[in-house]
Amino acid sequence: MSAREVWAQGGDWSRAVEAAGEDRIIVNLGPQHPSTHGVLRIVIELDGETVIGCRPVVGYLHTGIEKNTEVRNWVQGCAFVTRMDYLSPFFNELAYSLSVEKLLGIEAPPRAQAIRVLLCELNRISSHVVYLATGGMELGALSAMLYGFRERETVLDIFEAITGLRMNHAFIRPGGVALDVPGDALGRIAEFVEDFPHRVDDYEDLLTDNPIWLERNRGIGVLGARDCAALGVTGPVLRAAGVPWDLRRAQPYCGYENYEFEVPVAETADCLGRYAVRIREMRESIRIVDQAARGLLPGPVMVEDPKIAWPSRLSLGPDGIGNSPDYIRTIMGESMEALIHHFKLVTEGFRVPAGEVYVPVESPRGELGFHVVSTGEARPWRVHVRDPSFVNLQALPAMAVGGLIADVIATVASLDPVMGGCDR
Amino acid sequence: MDERLAAALARLRERFPEAVSEPSEEFGEVSVDVARERLPEVAEWLRDEFPFEMLADLSAVDYLGVLPPERRFLVALHLTSLRHVLRLRLRVWVPEGDERCPTVTGVWPVAGWFEREAYDFFGVVFEGHPDLVRILMPEDWEGHPQRKDYPLGAASVRYLGAPVPPPEERGEPSTTTGYPGRFR
Repeated sequence: MSAREVWAQGGDWSRAVEAAGEDRIIVNLGPQHPSTHGVLRIVIELDGETVIGCRPVVGYLHTGIEKNTEVRNWVQGCAFVTRMDYLSPFFNELAYSLSVEKLLGIEAPPRAQAIRVLLCELNRISSHVVYLATGGMELGALSAMLYGFRERETVLDIFEAITGLRMNHAFIRPGGVALDVPGDALGRIAEFVEDFPHRVDDYEDLLTDNPIWLERNRGIGVLGARDCAALGVTGPVLRAAGVPWDLRRAQPYCGYENYEFEVPVAETADCLGRYAVRIREMRESIRIVDQAARGLLPGPVMVEDPKIAWPSRLSLGPDGIGNSPDYIRTIMGESMEALIHHFKLVTEGFRVPAGEVYVPVESPRGELGFHVVSTGEARPWRVHVRDPSFVNLQALPAMAVGGLIADVIATVASLDPVMGGCDR
Repeated sequence: MDERLAAALARLRERFPEAVSEPSEEFGEVSVDVARERLPEVAEWLRDEFPFEMLADLSAVDYLGVLPPERRFLVALHLTSLRHVLRLRLRVWVPEGDERCPTVTGVWPVAGWFEREAYDFFGVVFEGHPDLVRILMPEDWEGHPQRKDYPLGAASVRYLGAPVPPPEERGEPSTTTGYPGRFR
């Protein structure tokens, strides 16, 4: 049995070594290695220090989210999909909600759209600083990790103020968002918008001209535009190859056509280009956050249709949380119809017309697409997620083979994969 | 439908009259059904002529109990044209008992992992795939978990030394989910 066959079966370590023969070294990286961004396993075949074969092995974080959505109602799906790519939960919810809305033929009200943009761009920042933090750490720039996670904390605190949770929010729902933004959150966002560009300057001071950073990233992990297209690679990796392909600009959703922002590109197609693209994207994101926060008009945050909008109004009761007394009075004493809607939505959920849609959004890692199939029931028939981490990781051998083993780490870091999204 | 896409699909139908159906538009998304055996040729034509440079997504759907057995599985390919900023869905129907579909890895290499995933979860065999093995489930897993006749939580688990039977053997079916043992 050859080494290749062993890998094809995801094989056993001792068999892989045996099959490789004497002049080759097989290095097994992971599945729990600090520089593999989660539970990723990479089997690398080496000739000296040169990588001559590389195979990513994924699936360790598979949790059956696609299957699970088929036995829950359409709104409950949000709580599942938000757990896939845990660094960018809002994008999962957004893409899922947009696909359900497309099937329903509804559109979220303007205020909800602006809140979605606001949250997603903050989320893009919190995801990109984690790329800087973990990517820097993997190449020995430990201070980048401290700075990156510091800013992430600030963003997560804002999320907590708005949604009540730091991650896994299930806040963006079909038809709008779950709650309105509380007053104090906007003040914190304004502070962050003021402060964050200086923080990006700090990262650039640390890294952009740092000779070690340049040496470890320049000319490493090159993947040109043509290869990116063939391998389906999107996001910062594609833009670093000179292709200004950003779905926010190319196929706008949630009113992105009304915001002013640039689509940063780089021409070098290497790890350094991806770093430069992400740094500039953070600066663009903060511009969008500013525009979205300033342009937030008053209005509803959920569609008016009582057959779709979650009926209850929550308030803080003696038990910590509950329906507001006014709302209870309405459904129990005044409106039979409101009670019926409440009962239907809470027990069964709404039904979605039969059909299939594919809705992509631009997540921090590339095109996040949802292929959602409905047969007209109160539950999805099939939800398939095209996760950018999954697709981009497949391109790893194309970037790593021919380089040095140390550069595999830099290349994985530049892809910024999140295994929760990859394995779903 | 976009004029360029309509024109290209008309040419495609001239080139492959039996293999490609009339395009249909639903929710603003254009789909064509492609005969299973001719998929690679059609895909290659679309990639080179339109061009659809990128295969954005490939996945399968199990229509057990919804469509007749000869249309049990759908393999859906979502193509993206970076040049024209357009998308197209190719649909390939795979009958029950003959779960085969030709691979498109020769046209778009990205299909490699997508097809492994569809094989893993639905058991559709992509003929000509260079490396068709499971990708997300463990390599010794039995069955294809996202098929509709594969119940959720079917694996028997051991808890504190006592074997716990699969949900369908545990008690009365739940009325909420149709699957036994959930939501109770």
